Amino acid sequence: MTIVSPELQSRYGKPARIVAIVGAAIMVFAPMVPWVYTGKILDDMRRAFDPSGLQILFELVALVLLGVLVTSMFGVKLGKYKNVVAWNSTALAASLGGLGYIAAIVLAVAVVGSQKGLGGLAAAEPGLWIALAGSVIASAGSVFLRKSPRATLAKVPSPAWVQILALVAVVAMVLFMAAFAVNLTEVESFLVCCVFIVAAVFVFRATGVMGWLSIATANNRKVLMLAAFAAAFIFPATQDGSDANMTVVAQVLIFAGTALGLNIVVGLAGLLDMGYIAFLGAGAFTAAVLSRSAYATFSIDLPFPVVVLISGTVAALFGLLIGSPTLRVSGDYLAIVTLAFGEIFRITMVNLDGTDGPNITHGSNGIPAIPNLDFFGFDFGKSHEIFGITITRQANYYLLLLVVIAIVIAVFANLNHSRIGRGWVAIREDEMAAEAMGVNTFTLKLLAFAGGAFLAGMVGAVKAYKDTSVTPDQFVFLESCFLLSAVVLGGMGTVMGVLIGATILKLLPEKLRFFDDYRMLIFGALLVVMMRFRPEGIVADERRQMEFHDEDEELADEVEEELVTHHDLLNPEGGK
Amino acid sequence: MVKTEYAKAVIAATHTEDRSVLLEASNVTMQFGGLTAVDDVSLSIRNGEIVGLIGPNGAGKTTFFNCLTGLYKPTAGQVRFRGELLPPQPRNVVKAGIARTFQNIRLFHNMTALENVMVGMYCRTKTNAIDAIFRLPRHRREERECTEKARRWLSFVGLEGAENHLSRNLPYGDQRRLEIARALATEPGLLLLDEPTAGMNPNETREAEDLIFKIRDLGLAVLVIEHDMRFIFSLCDRVACLVRGAVLVEGPPSHVQADERVIEAYIGAPQDDEDGE
Ligand SMILES: Nc1ncnc2c1ncn2[C@@H]1O[C@H](COP(=O)(O)OP(=O)(O)O)[C@@H](O)[C@H]1O
Ligand SMILES: [Mg+2]
Repeated sequence: MTIVSPELQSRYGKPARIVAIVGAAIMVFAPMVPWVYTGKILDDMRRAFDPSGLQILFELVALVLLGVLVTSMFGVKLGKYKNVVAWNSTALAASLGGLGYIAAIVLAVAVVGSQKGLGGLAAAEPGLWIALAGSVIASAGSVFLRKSPRATLAKVPSPAWVQILALVAVVAMVLFMAAFAVNLTEVESFLVCCVFIVAAVFVFRATGVMGWLSIATANNRKVLMLAAFAAAFIFPATQDGSDANMTVVAQVLIFAGTALGLNIVVGLAGLLDMGYIAFLGAGAFTAAVLSRSAYATFSIDLPFPVVVLISGTVAALFGLLIGSPTLRVSGDYLAIVTLAFGEIFRITMVNLDGTDGPNITHGSNGIPAIPNLDFFGFDFGKSHEIFGITITRQANYYLLLLVVIAIVIAVFANLNHSRIGRGWVAIREDEMAAEAMGVNTFTLKLLAFAGGAFLAGMVGAVKAYKDTSVTPDQFVFLESCFLLSAVVLGGMGTVMGVLIGATILKLLPEKLRFFDDYRMLIFGALLVVMMRFRPEGIVADERRQMEFHDEDEELADEVEEELVTHHDLLNPEGGK
Repeated sequence: MVKTEYAKAVIAATHTEDRSVLLEASNVTMQFGGLTAVDDVSLSIRNGEIVGLIGPNGAGKTTFFNCLTGLYKPTAGQVRFRGELLPPQPRNVVKAGIARTFQNIRLFHNMTALENVMVGMYCRTKTNAIDAIFRLPRHRREERECTEKARRWLSFVGLEGAENHLSRNLPYGDQRRLEIARALATEPGLLLLDEPTAGMNPNETREAEDLIFKIRDLGLAVLVIEHDMRFIFSLCDRVACLVRGAVLVEGPPSHVQADERVIEAYIGAPQDDEDGE
């Protein structure tokens, strides 16, 4: 990012660094004095030398910025690994990130302050303005720093244990941030926290840490998966027995599991399915109809794993039913036809009410009062104490969903790395060429439909029990749109990306209730911006990642060469 | 040389001097509405033979290829491969043993070079969804073998270091090579190359020629569309010249080269623009 022309940068580089350091020092100091006179706005930011959570986050950014600026002044060169850290880019990212963060806090104080009748910004104490001023000064200085070459840590030797340790640390950090963010009850605090996360990601990218982590991830995929699941399993422990928080998180998991199923269809096989929520619905209705609810029409007492399999199978059959006629069209036509089928599913469920058709679903009332699961006396409906940790009802289902998601991820990943996954991607890339290379395109497309539907159906079965009731209006077209957005936003064809996309799309509206009216607008804008600046989504496909590694190394070589030539030009005598 | 079962079989077949007819196209006609793109073309190719197909742009060469690979169903006439009528779908044609490349490169752009070649092996492998989901031993064995073979094909065409590169980021000449590797991975008896040197600089053209010589040494029958005459005449056993959909002359290169009508067709053809070369 260049804001100031290179000539200006080289002319004012030296004084600018001093300015930036002064700004950073002010930023470091700011959290030590009160920001707001009352403890009722955001978290408790009114005490001197006792920073609150949000203030500590600011302090972190400030310390990173100061550290980077000071070390770069002394030209620290980590031994023989020159330029491993792009000091100037990091300084820019950190100062702008800090500015954005403090701006978000100022905005939040203004909004909350006036909402609560505390006088808006009049509630602010000098500390807030000091922090803002520091950030502005630091940012103003940083934009004049000469743009440094892109950072790369690829050349730094990193033994396996360092990589594993780093990954575990990252997972722990994510767990901590997730627990912190989900626990924030105030909308504004949550928003401010989100701004911090975005700023932190930018700083990580600028330092090259992100690139290094993606290499470490590629080398230790299994370790990362295990660590992530371990973290996910202990997540309920961080929620203090709050059933409300676990409800939200369990919803995120249901959404993510369905999105992963859709990812096979859209992300791998490239088939635009706009009615995907119907498969979740098919699974949920199947489970509901088979359950021991008084309203269930086929109530059979089956073990839950069997119910899950049946639900998946019914959804898959439904997928085949929809797929065999619709897959003869492609592209936009397929989108329209699947959209129609999604609606047909919902309307059919409304009509299976005994008057317009056989009574299977009780029409728009659906099937309520589905009893809780019971595994060998472990009642999912009750809270349990395990090692002094309260596992609430929603947490029970959350843990069950984790197991289902693990299965979904395993199925997705194993298929993706097989001849079948390659066939799907080939179809996505060029269907005619795939057929001309011997790929059985029609069967594979059907398989994508059926396989994705099976996964969604499995998730649907858990959803039926978790929600205790299944009604047709849970499966409207809008939900299909959100699923598709999660896949596109997160990164088509990736597991990690879709998980992140699903989290963003489901968690934000849940935590930010007020923004419910605008969420269409905001997500729409977000998608447009993403398509313009990062069409591959938040996480790039691993096929591309592999290539980025090579590029990184090449870039490192280039940079090294450039430095050598510069050095030679500057010292024509050939001095060392 | 690629030491796979397949290569051995092909070489064995060549060394038995088995010169039986491999492909036999008889009276193939392809019409698009009123336009007759391919007009009553008959052509046969024997085992291990290299046949050149020349003709001005728009003569119907690519269309003829499409008829041979099942992408188009000929309006009239029939094609026999190894004595049997060509199956209707392209994928079954590949399975029967005819592979092709495209005039305008059609790689799977967001897949790595290695994966592109592995897609070519789709019809020669058997892993099903259940094997893959549970990672059963036979899936893993097949996957290992596939990767190994694909690597060999890549090095056969001279793309050793490019395994993990996305195909769209490869240089133009390498993309052409990769397309050939992908076609070879389907283990064909007959390889159809549609202008394999189009758009290449002289250097790349030389390399492509060497590669096709190497493929000939494998013993495959090759039908190649080319504009580079020098190339055609040094490589082909037989040349057919197509003009306005019909075969004008067919015979040994020297015979075709001497034919005045061929030169006339090239120079006099109204649509003649030789691919910007
Ligand atoms: N799918 C099609 N529909 C209509 N016309 C076509 C089609 N494919 C090819 N043609 C026409 O057939 C003629 C032969 O084209 P082509 O086989 O590509 O020539 P060549 O490969 O010899 O340059 C051209 O006039 C072209 O416009
Ligand atoms: Mg052509």
